Amino acid sequence: MAGTSELDVGYVARLARINLTEEEANAFQKQLDDVLKYVEKLRQADVSHVEAAAHALPIFNVFREDAASEWFTAEQALSNAPRKANDLFIVPKVVE
Amino acid sequence: MTEKDLPALSIADLQSLLRSREVSAREVVDALRARIEAVDGEIGAYLSVDMDAAAKEAEKANVDLPLGGVPLAIKDIINVMGQPCTCGSKILHGHRATYDATVIQKLRAAGAIPFGKTNLDEFAMGSSTENSAMKLTRNPWDLSRVPGGSSGGSAAAVAADVAFGALGSDTGGSIRQPAALSGVVGFKPTYGRVSRFGLVAFASSLDQIGPLTKTVRDSALIMNVIAGHDPQDSTSLNEPVPDYAAKLGNDLRGVRLGVPKEYMIEGTDPQVKAAITAAVKQMNSLGAEIVDVSLPHTDYAVAVYYILATAEASANLARFDGVRYGYRAENPRDVLDLYGRTRQEGFGPEVKRRVILGTYVLSSGYYDAYYLRAQKVRELIRRDFAKAFAKVDALISPTSPVPAFKLGERTAEPLQMYLADIFTIAANLAGICGISLPCGFAEVDGHRLPVGLQLLGKPLDEARILQIAHAYEQSTDWHKARPPIASPK
Repeated sequence: MAGTSELDVGYVARLARINLTEEEANAFQKQLDDVLKYVEKLRQADVSHVEAAAHALPIFNVFREDAASEWFTAEQALSNAPRKANDLFIVPKVVE
Repeated sequence: MTEKDLPALSIADLQSLLRSREVSAREVVDALRARIEAVDGEIGAYLSVDMDAAAKEAEKANVDLPLGGVPLAIKDIINVMGQPCTCGSKILHGHRATYDATVIQKLRAAGAIPFGKTNLDEFAMGSSTENSAMKLTRNPWDLSRVPGGSSGGSAAAVAADVAFGALGSDTGGSIRQPAALSGVVGFKPTYGRVSRFGLVAFASSLDQIGPLTKTVRDSALIMNVIAGHDPQDSTSLNEPVPDYAAKLGNDLRGVRLGVPKEYMIEGTDPQVKAAITAAVKQMNSLGAEIVDVSLPHTDYAVAVYYILATAEASANLARFDGVRYGYRAENPRDVLDLYGRTRQEGFGPEVKRRVILGTYVLSSGYYDAYYLRAQKVRELIRRDFAKAFAKVDALISPTSPVPAFKLGERTAEPLQMYLADIFTIAANLAGICGISLPCGFAEVDGHRLPVGLQLLGKPLDEARILQIAHAYEQSTDWHKARPPIASPK
């Protein structure tokens, strides 16, 4: 379905791996159309002489020594897993 | 001073009693427990507390450490080992942190006792704490109103004297706005000043941890402990940390304060405007010079924010897929069904909206028009502040255009909720520091609702912002006012 913007909520929700009910999709379409209409004001800004800022502060290429250190045990890493066995996360079959 | 009066104390006053051995850390924890049991049923600030563990820690507390024996509340988006970390989301229901965030390690090393987790908008997305999947938090000044958000549990806890102080996180105003609406002090440090390691990521280029407290001095005391470089966070700044509390003073001579004309907009509540105008006069009388300044790209800030923050959120929240932790949909047909239903059933509506919007603005064909353009306008906003700070030491504005609004009043229209952050968002985009502190009240429907004053400062100029805030605070009685629910029963 389409609203007043080019956003197709159903399609983008699939990209984002979120299933939606029809009611959710309809409500979000309207609400996000409003938001996209609001952000259109950015078209008025003159950005012809500006570099994009990914961060507020100029920090680049942070390196550390490639040294081993203490980290989670398998038991800790798995402690919140919804399903696990033999020190592994259990998921549905991925390959046929 | 009886035990039931203890929870009303500031951290600094509590420390005097602890260090003179007039009270023990154990008595403090017991008093806080009693206070939480008496009051938090009405406020709903906490998602979980572990007072038994806190009592044990109190028994061995060294009260001479910088925060020795001081119990602190932690927004439930910061990992505290062994305690739940739900982010206010069904998708992390039952999740327990397997490690301490860097800020928690630092608090523990300084003797503090992180004993409880406070409510928040799901994944810190919201301005009223109503997006929590867990419970409603009420404003201690008027229980029919929101405490602000997203750190609404932390703000309400401090305001209602069920916490001596708390940590929150601020991505677009989530410390300062609830501090303003709940009548407490909320401090957002410079981006990179405090480690984000162990803070569940919402928008990584904007998120920053900071304190919510009863006084400016208390925020300085917590900043002394949590600020500083952390090799675990590559965006953390490797800069020396001053003693913020030692630099606090009472006069403002030689300080230049800017009033941005774009922040005195139509639509700001007249009582809020009046309180800010009075505060500016007061600072002038303390010696500050008041200068008019302009931040010409202010009107773009909310639009830039909702593109960049949702884009970053859509990437950060991809990890919640039902595989490694948290909620998992039952009986998935295949792996796509597992992802799609886990996220449908686990996320609330605001998180879904933002992940969808963020995915859209990053998608092929729209990236340049939305994401790239927003990054460029972000740079224009950053330059606005740099120009203003060439003329003044700090900027003054309201924290929020309105006092606390009614529960349910803005939930149907997300865009209206987003506009509640109009004065706080730009500071995150520019990476600068800022504070909100009480500066008066608005009378609404027979209730006194707190008004917050925002001061914004240059990157890494936390010490100066705290000084200015402290000097103003000490010249007023606003910070001494307590909500009706805070008077001991």
